[in-house]
Amino acid sequence: MSEKERQFIVSVSPHVRSDVTVARIMWSVSISLLPALGMGLYFFGPRALAVVATCVVSCLVFEAGMQKWMGKPVTISDGSAFLTGLLLGMNLPASLWSFNPFLIHLPILGSFFAIVITKVLFGGLGYNIFNPALIGRAFLLISWPRAMTTWLKPTAGLLGMDAQTTATPLGILKEDGVGKLMEVFGTRTNLYTQLFLGHRAGSIGEVSVIALLAGGLFLLYKRYITWHIPITFLATVAILTWIFGGKDPQTGRIILFAGDPLMHLLSGGLMLGAFFMATDYVTGPSLRAAQVLFGMGCGILTSIIRLIGGFPEGVMFAILLMNCFAPLLDRVIKTSPFGTVKTAAAVPGGPKA
Amino acid sequence: MPTFAGGIHPPDKKELSQSKPITHVKAPKRVVIPLRQHLGAPAKVTVAVGDGVKAGAVLGTAEGFVSAPVHSSVSGKVIATGEFPMALGRPIESVVIENDGKDEWVPLQDDPSYMELPPEVIREKIKAAGIVGMGGATFPTAVKLSPPKEKKVDVVILNGAECEPYLTADHRLMIEKPKEVIEGLRIIMRALGVNRGFVGIEDNKPDAIEAMQNAARPWPEIRVCALQVKYPQGAEKMLIKAVSGREVPPRALPMDVGAVVQNIGTTYAIYEAVRFGKPLVERVVTVSGEAIKEPKNLLVKIGTLVTDLIEECGGLLNGAAKVISGGPMMGFAISSLDVPVTKGTSGILALPGSGLFHADTFGPCIRCSRCVDVCPMALNPGLLSVFAEKGHFEDAKAHNLFDCFECGSCAFVCPSKRPIVQLVRFAKSMVKP
Repeated sequence: MSEKERQFIVSVSPHVRSDVTVARIMWSVSISLLPALGMGLYFFGPRALAVVATCVVSCLVFEAGMQKWMGKPVTISDGSAFLTGLLLGMNLPASLWSFNPFLIHLPILGSFFAIVITKVLFGGLGYNIFNPALIGRAFLLISWPRAMTTWLKPTAGLLGMDAQTTATPLGILKEDGVGKLMEVFGTRTNLYTQLFLGHRAGSIGEVSVIALLAGGLFLLYKRYITWHIPITFLATVAILTWIFGGKDPQTGRIILFAGDPLMHLLSGGLMLGAFFMATDYVTGPSLRAAQVLFGMGCGILTSIIRLIGGFPEGVMFAILLMNCFAPLLDRVIKTSPFGTVKTAAAVPGGPKA
Repeated sequence: MPTFAGGIHPPDKKELSQSKPITHVKAPKRVVIPLRQHLGAPAKVTVAVGDGVKAGAVLGTAEGFVSAPVHSSVSGKVIATGEFPMALGRPIESVVIENDGKDEWVPLQDDPSYMELPPEVIREKIKAAGIVGMGGATFPTAVKLSPPKEKKVDVVILNGAECEPYLTADHRLMIEKPKEVIEGLRIIMRALGVNRGFVGIEDNKPDAIEAMQNAARPWPEIRVCALQVKYPQGAEKMLIKAVSGREVPPRALPMDVGAVVQNIGTTYAIYEAVRFGKPLVERVVTVSGEAIKEPKNLLVKIGTLVTDLIEECGGLLNGAAKVISGGPMMGFAISSLDVPVTKGTSGILALPGSGLFHADTFGPCIRCSRCVDVCPMALNPGLLSVFAEKGHFEDAKAHNLFDCFECGSCAFVCPSKRPIVQLVRFAKSMVKP
């Protein structure tokens, strides 16, 4: 081919792009969840695997099916539906799995709500207002509160249908107070250790703090997330539960500055929520300053629900409520384009080397 | 190390050509010299078909204040005038000269006392030489050196950042002609009556920093500053910020904060014009990219066709998919190689198809904030792109659409590969500033 006959691509600059793609981000987040998933499977057995796998497969099927039906390109290879399924599954109790084929399978129903109602009907990736996985979970929790709060005892699940169930640490705290919690776990050190490793009742993917931290640090290191949301979220919960978390065991009145922030940080869905759900790009604010407010808002709402609300855990509702505020937060933050802030009058000597 | 907020770190690819000394290209058989190679009014043609011209002869005179004359880069005969295709796509009135190979020049005169010339004469010589900003903006230099009385300019900054990947023309010039460039800076400072001069160079060019520091040693009023390696460090506003700490407000000019910025190649041309009376008829061009057989830095006669340059570098490799005039971040993709090198052509790049993203494959904005983090103007490029996509042009304007200078940092980092610059340009064309 002579040079004259060559055809060249003509497009607007820039002509080079970074190698980070949406698919790479989504799959990386999924990979970073694997340690926490592994711990969940270890503690809750094959039923946990069945729940998560059902969610992942249903989410992929629902997204592909809806896109086919609407005549749009099928984009499940971007990993976002997979990630939604994974997160939804990890946010459900392993007890949700049932071998009875005539029962409605709640993981499938939750996936339908997450993908079809929350995501696709709002315009698909980039346009959903709420975190799909959390809406899926919220729908199930409100509609089937009993099933959604039946927790398998860790390492007791396995294949049996008559697996032992128990309450989550936050559930014990809400119902019976801190005294009962100490009765169950013995010492505080033991309580922290068990919570840190994940040896406790709870949603499949939320139990192991150490595994979640490993995944979260990986995402921070790869800069797929930044500190703004998770750190302010965690710090706000720690501060508020420390100040308002203490209760007089007799009168039930709040004793200031007597709470146990570490226990609160290590329990419930806080780590999973702070690192993997509140940091969802689409449903959070995009300005960094707004993200700090978003994280604080999540922390405040979580603390309020945990300390004085009707539910033992508040991370899910906190994030969903803050999702509503994300666009507003972006608006209230005043940004100043380059050159609109007055700078030093003159620097005759030039910059410091 | 001094810099600005935001910016990106694209692979700089300078290793392809940075160690290649500047080599002269054999003057081509014919040159196509456009009458508009600058911002402002086109030059008015002063030659006709059949005229014999010497190298350096005027082909067109400046029309008005913001304009520049153009000169012949070879000696020979005018064989055609008319519209010819340009790198930017639109055909432009041009003069075609057949080279007689004799390289006969209009008389040039060395004026050793050039540093004593009064500022008006310096400006006059620069204007007569047809010098324009050679970094790509092609603003007539004489105009830049004639600030209105009420603007007090107190610092001149030479732009040695060369932050565009691949390009090494200014880098080589600073290594090979440091004394001349510093002399050019002193001439500019004299023309403006300024006694502070800076040369800002990105830290990935230690050899250039050293050469320029040595050349500047006799002049305490001149300082060479190493700058952080970050794109777009060489953007005028970002360079001024890094070197002087001053921020040029939106829609204002550098002279509003007392600064004048000049490109390295321009400064070298100023030296040659003021000292020898030599018009701007040649420039250094980096020919590089993974799809060029042998990347080089070439001293090229203005009007040489891109085809000739690519031939000089061994031709294109088979995978060549895109040819760019300028750098990969802000340059223009060209559809034909039969376009001439002009005063603003800093590089010709040939890139292979792998790794190119096309405008038809982009996804939705997932609001990941990467573009917000890197925007040197502190805008929200993702939001602007969504406004443009949905036709909300007034909203885009309200979000400072016109502050964007299209550096492309946002589009570089976008994981959805959205053509943000294209959408921003579209919005700019749909609404009044």
